[in-house]
Amino acid sequence: MSAGRPPNLLGATWVLVRKDLLLEWRTRARANALVFFSLATLLLFSFALGPDTTILRRAAGGTLWLAILLASVLALGESFRVEQENAALDGLRLAPADARALFLAKSLANALLLMLLGTVILPVLAALAGVTLVQGPGPMAVVLVLGALAIAGPGTLYAAIASQARARDVLLPLLLFPLLIPALVAAAKATSLVFEGDPMLQFRSWLGLLAGFDLVYWSLGFVLFPRVLED
Amino acid sequence: MTHALFTVVGLVVVGGGLYLLVRGPASLRAGVAVLGLVLLISGAWYGLSVAPPDREMGNVQRIMYVHVPAQWMALMAVTLNFFCSVAYLFRPGWAKDALAEASAEVGLFFGAVGLVLGSIWGKPTWGVYWSWDPRLTSEAILLVAYAGYLALRRFIDDAERRAVWSAVVGIIIAVDIPIIWFSVRWWRSLHQMQSSPSTVDPDMVRALRWNAFAFLALWLVFLSSRYLIARARTQREVAPPPLAAEVAT
Amino acid sequence: MNLAQEGETRQTGLPVARALPLSNVSNALECIDVSKRYGQRWALARLSFVLPAGASLLLTGHNGSGKTTLLRLLATLLRPTTGRLVLFGQDGVAERATLRPRIALLGHTSFLYEDLTARENCVLLARLLGRPASEVDELLDRAGLAQRADQTVRTFSAGMKKRLSIAGLLLKQPQLALLDEPFAALDPSGIAEMEQHIRSLSRAGTTVVLATHQVEHGQTLCTERLHLSAGRATLA
Repeated sequence: MSAGRPPNLLGATWVLVRKDLLLEWRTRARANALVFFSLATLLLFSFALGPDTTILRRAAGGTLWLAILLASVLALGESFRVEQENAALDGLRLAPADARALFLAKSLANALLLMLLGTVILPVLAALAGVTLVQGPGPMAVVLVLGALAIAGPGTLYAAIASQARARDVLLPLLLFPLLIPALVAAAKATSLVFEGDPMLQFRSWLGLLAGFDLVYWSLGFVLFPRVLED
Repeated sequence: MTHALFTVVGLVVVGGGLYLLVRGPASLRAGVAVLGLVLLISGAWYGLSVAPPDREMGNVQRIMYVHVPAQWMALMAVTLNFFCSVAYLFRPGWAKDALAEASAEVGLFFGAVGLVLGSIWGKPTWGVYWSWDPRLTSEAILLVAYAGYLALRRFIDDAERRAVWSAVVGIIIAVDIPIIWFSVRWWRSLHQMQSSPSTVDPDMVRALRWNAFAFLALWLVFLSSRYLIARARTQREVAPPPLAAEVAT
Repeated sequence: MNLAQEGETRQTGLPVARALPLSNVSNALECIDVSKRYGQRWALARLSFVLPAGASLLLTGHNGSGKTTLLRLLATLLRPTTGRLVLFGQDGVAERATLRPRIALLGHTSFLYEDLTARENCVLLARLLGRPASEVDELLDRAGLAQRADQTVRTFSAGMKKRLSIAGLLLKQPQLALLDEPFAALDPSGIAEMEQHIRSLSRAGTTVVLATHQVEHGQTLCTERLHLSAGRATLA
């Protein structure tokens, strides 16, 4: 048998992303359940805030991102449970797989899942709150992408930590929520502007904040994840 | 230039003070605590009777003499936590870990005090206990974040893991501070921004400084004591296994 | 021949064991005063031993004696709390990245993804090693899993999972093979197969560490022996 050249960082990331996406597909019943969870959350918000549609409309941006955020806690936790089932993560570490590739791959896979989630619940929210994409689907897509990245990046890092600590179900949201407040604010505001139009051209600033947040935390996660993974 | 000099001198004083209190006997810490209490009480008297009422806000402004130092102490503690966390990742050591834990707790304490005092100031000033003022809002978020940090420490049993992972989380939270600050400001800039008072009268400055030193003394005592507790606890945890020959047969 | 450095270890301020010969490259592994703590418990306490390259070590001990911890340590998945680990002349902590491609672990758990097929699990490993995926088919055939290659691992029996795990181990062509209870949950033919695999590993010059309760199977395969009790090396 030949001794091959191990892949570089991007190559390893690609291999691992495919693995994560394949696993998501195989267990798509779980992703389905996640979608239904988010839809249920939307309903809950509508009942809690409504029935006055004016309020629902104004709160639509925030509602969307709260629903995604709450679902993300479940999704992020699950993404590491699958690694712990047979200590598969240890197998990957031993392969060896670069911890940074593991971070990028898992974060990307989680981000894609959240983007998908957002895309699916968006029309339902639009119907419940009576909003439309005044600015068009393009800007909405950008917000979804940047927002999903904002949750998935630090979320993956924290999920890795929480999955190995006690009280992991509480610890993950406790750590993640305060951290994500800037991203939540930016995403919610930007989404509201997509729904309502942007007379004062603030959309760009909020996107800038979101993009900056993503950049900072993906870089930080990239650097710090090896320390989290290795004992 | 003087700002930089002041900062450096301040760092030396604080660092030196901390070092002395940690290395010194318990009586030294007790002494500084008493000093701090004395300064606090006299500072309260000074702030409440000697310093004049504020031109705009009247007597309500007096709470600033304790609110502002509390915030300063919280900020110092949080900065210390950040530096300890970074230092720990570069070169692990139990002292840095213990100091990180101590500074997070002390920061949480003083931050909570500052937040409550700010809220008390808010009631007569704005009519409400909570007005989503950017500064206080950011602080509230950070307090929750550091509470999470301390919860994390409690939920990890292994000492090395706890140290490394808290350092990671400490860095992440600290990096978020400016981000939170800006985003909350933008979020609130859609509404009227409240201004906070400035102290100009020499008596006011004196009152502020007096209380600041009182708070600093207490900060040093809390931090050094908490550090020693954390250090002792980890020492016990990581006490090495005895040599085989030492095991009782 | 260098001496171990005196002075504080990273964490506990304990002096490192002195005056032990170091970095003798003919040794596959050297444990120098290694201790490992989990929470409040010391899983390994001041363990010192060396194993020459190509040898095979039988590791015995009751449950909780530290066998699994030691194997995970040797696999560089854990780092010692105190003490030093030297593998093939390299430090077991600092040079983990270069050591790991040469080490394979057959663990307590299978390291497999239950929802991927046997082939997918192996191809994942192959890709991370930089090997062509074609080697996987050959390997699965040798492991007797060719029929079930495209079924998810969740449908596998414990014995089949074990065979898949060992296929993964062989794929790596390791210099150091660490086997944690390889005979557990295997029927007699499975045990015979496993023994054959281990023998061929030894013949190929691989250093083997075999941890097992079932001493009768391990005895014939191993040249050295180490017994652990409460994390310490003792005479069996």
